[in-house]
Amino acid sequence: MQENRKHLLGLEGVPAEEIKLILDTAESFKEVLDRPIPKVPTLRGKTIVNLFFEASTRTRFSFELAEKRLSADTLNFSTTASSVKKGETLRDTAQNIEAMKVDMVVIRHPASGAPHFLRHWIKGSVINAGDGCHEHPTQALLDMKTIQGIHNEFKGLRVAIVGDIIHSRVARSNIYGLTTMGAEVALCAPAPLIPYEAEKWNLKTFYNVDDAIAWADVLMVLRIQLERQSQNFFPTLREYHNYFGITRERLEKANKKITLMHPGPINRGIELDSDLADDPEYSVILDQVTNGVAIRMAILYLLSGETK
Amino acid sequence: MERKVKAKIIDETGLKRTITRLSHEIVERNHGTEIIAAVGIRTRGAFVAERIVKEIERIESKKIPLGILDITMYRDDFRQRLKQPVLQQTDIPFNIDEKNIVLIDDVLYTGRTIRAALDALMSFGRPAQIQLAVLVDRGHRELPIKPDYVGKNIPTSIGEEIQVKLKEVDDEDCVLLVEAPLGEW
Amino acid sequence: MKKPLRKSQTIKNTKEMSNFKPAKKVLLKNASIIDGQNDYKSTFDLLIIDGKIKEMKPEIVSSSEFDGKIFDLSNKLLLPGFLDMHVHFREPGREDEETILSGARAAMTGGFTAVCTMPNTQPVTDNREIVEFIRDEISNHLISIYPVAAITRGQKGDELVEMAELIDAGVVAFSDDGKSVANSLVLRRAMEYARMFDVPIIEHCEDAGLAAGGAMHEGFVSTNLGMPGIPSIAEDVVVARNIQLAEYTKSKIHIAHISSAGAVELVRRAKEKNIQVTAEAAPHHFTLTDETIRSFDANFKMNPPLRSQKHIEAIVAGLKDGTIDAIATDHAPHSIEEKQVEFAAAPFGIIGLETAIGLIIKQLIKPGILNWNQAVEKLSINPYRIIGIPAPQIKERGIANLTIIDPEAKWKVNKDELCSKSRNTPFDGWEFKGNVIGVFNNCFYSLGEKQK
Repeated sequence: MQENRKHLLGLEGVPAEEIKLILDTAESFKEVLDRPIPKVPTLRGKTIVNLFFEASTRTRFSFELAEKRLSADTLNFSTTASSVKKGETLRDTAQNIEAMKVDMVVIRHPASGAPHFLRHWIKGSVINAGDGCHEHPTQALLDMKTIQGIHNEFKGLRVAIVGDIIHSRVARSNIYGLTTMGAEVALCAPAPLIPYEAEKWNLKTFYNVDDAIAWADVLMVLRIQLERQSQNFFPTLREYHNYFGITRERLEKANKKITLMHPGPINRGIELDSDLADDPEYSVILDQVTNGVAIRMAILYLLSGETK
Repeated sequence: MERKVKAKIIDETGLKRTITRLSHEIVERNHGTEIIAAVGIRTRGAFVAERIVKEIERIESKKIPLGILDITMYRDDFRQRLKQPVLQQTDIPFNIDEKNIVLIDDVLYTGRTIRAALDALMSFGRPAQIQLAVLVDRGHRELPIKPDYVGKNIPTSIGEEIQVKLKEVDDEDCVLLVEAPLGEW
Repeated sequence: MKKPLRKSQTIKNTKEMSNFKPAKKVLLKNASIIDGQNDYKSTFDLLIIDGKIKEMKPEIVSSSEFDGKIFDLSNKLLLPGFLDMHVHFREPGREDEETILSGARAAMTGGFTAVCTMPNTQPVTDNREIVEFIRDEISNHLISIYPVAAITRGQKGDELVEMAELIDAGVVAFSDDGKSVANSLVLRRAMEYARMFDVPIIEHCEDAGLAAGGAMHEGFVSTNLGMPGIPSIAEDVVVARNIQLAEYTKSKIHIAHISSAGAVELVRRAKEKNIQVTAEAAPHHFTLTDETIRSFDANFKMNPPLRSQKHIEAIVAGLKDGTIDAIATDHAPHSIEEKQVEFAAAPFGIIGLETAIGLIIKQLIKPGILNWNQAVEKLSINPYRIIGIPAPQIKERGIANLTIIDPEAKWKVNKDELCSKSRNTPFDGWEFKGNVIGVFNNCFYSLGEKQK
């Protein structure tokens, strides 16, 4: 870890050796999680606050479990942005946290840049657990850990990200992380779901999902937010499923070994066939969940050194 | 970093002899090899443990289980560090319940590493006994920890350190008394 | 409106009353005059009596009994007073952010002797009472305010305001600033009606649908940051519509804070066709790009948004070739509380009156994009021409409406020392060479004292 790295706000610009260190460290914590007593005293006496301004179960549970496995003291604050006036809570909460002398803050917020904003208000470390449509670095790292468990090497590996890319922080963090590690990344989505000037990322783009499947070693399927349909990003969920949904028929037609990932929660039958999600032949979705805890332990550990 | 060597305390032959003696003591005290298992502490304790396990196999024609422990996650100097040390793998591929665990390290000094190792071991189960074997005991204990098997007692003064060299990671097998680097005291 | 606003309702803070004095008898010596028209070879002395330029010649010898103030302006530039045709003073409504007097003080410090205030006050400047309130508030002041009133009642985009009466009350232009008039028919009627009085319609050009939900310029940076974008075409399509309407109705349209390359090109082509279109650009739009938003600092959030380098270059080219007539700051004060939030929740806008001259010198004059005469056109001659008020001239028997600049003065922006009541500037800590040191207008002057 870079000596000056105090926060994990995103993967954009994080060098390969740091990503590698996080993935290696997670390996040590995976071993801890397999022990009869899967708990270590590493963060004993540290206080971590989980600030969730957006509904989340899996990420929040994953962080909480990671913190508890490391023996940290944790506080949880969950609210939805709709229940409070925009902007007000974040600043107030930050000031409260600062008064409590908290060591680390894990934040999820519906606004891009909220963790970056928080960083200016508190002395402790800030870990981004998802900010708006910007980044979700721990998710991408656990995805990469999962990919590494199957394919070993990132170099030359072909990962196609399929779905709602424009609104996906998971997609952005994976694009930054995977390309840094030498993987080839492609985007596949209806054109309105690919952000403006995305071509400057220099990634392959597919508008035909069969072509993406034929090209890819790994398919990272994103969740389609149901309310997008009313915003005309695509005509109907039915048409989305028929033209971009990942189905058993499509995978079998490709007749190749392919790794299927999804950051969850899945809209079964829309972006992904229900039985495919549960098929160990393709799906590594449950490995993603396990790796999530180890990755978050690694990040908490690496960021928890005292700073000047 | 090369440090000034004050004396070579144990040479290659001496080291071999010490390992043999420690192995005999371990077997004798545990009435055979039935319930013993060795756990070495990274980095050099792990290699010492490997050698002891090999030696016991040679003497008794029985292979005892060997585990390797990385105690970084259990260290108590956490708050003083700026940068986190790199974690290494812990690998204990056997059930430690009801076993006599021989915990092995190269140098016993303040006892803090052993304290951390004891904590770590406990999360793997409930051994019948934990015994401690070290190549060198250099004194200056800060915790109430006493080894069960000692290769050699070397009382050191402030300003001196013990350096164990092992061929697995160094260029020779020996134990050196060296001057501590300036500024560390 | 329930209660008419009267001057007595606001307590004038004496601190807000600026340190300007009556220009009863002032002698300015050795001034280098730049008036946007003449190329003066020598320096001039100006004798100002009761706010008028009594005498102006290479040397005025003052007798020993001259009892006025004498200022030596060697190596200083004497320019006609600047007009910022796009400012937001928050009075009435948000006096915590800016009052008419604090805004006037900021204008004075920035070298602007006159401003056009935008109508998005609370309540909206769409009736005579508010216009009179503003004029009352600024009476007997160095700064002149030429109010801009809303095009439609409450800026709602439906019913036209009573334009004739508002013009009688002193309004110089109409704008629903902050948004465009979405209904093209309403805007057509407004333009036709305004044409009768030869006053311009000013439009903030933004297609509400295309820009919906946007917080910054749509481009690779917004794509990286996952931030909803305001595409440049949201501006372009409305500029195009407005130009077509101006041509069709043969009336005047002024494009506020032009920020996109496409819009500049549309205005350029319209001018070639002699359509009555004019445009202004804000200093931040020729200075900062959307890259700054990687900091997520809401002081970089404004509308139109900071765009990419390509657009900056187009703005600069438009200023150089005259496509863009004026420089206006879009001075938009916001409280610290409102800006110290996550980027998406922050309001649009930055203050600009006090940093404009520094940016104009640094970004336009130093690199040779504009010379001082052209800068005077953008800051004084053209803005006055657009709102139909005679521009100040530096000549004998003329009014002393002047801005004095020390081109060598080095200074650094310190947001805590600004005259504006708000602190929302992205230029805090910026260092500049060249600053305003004094102004004359309305029989007052401020010179020779620390402005801030």
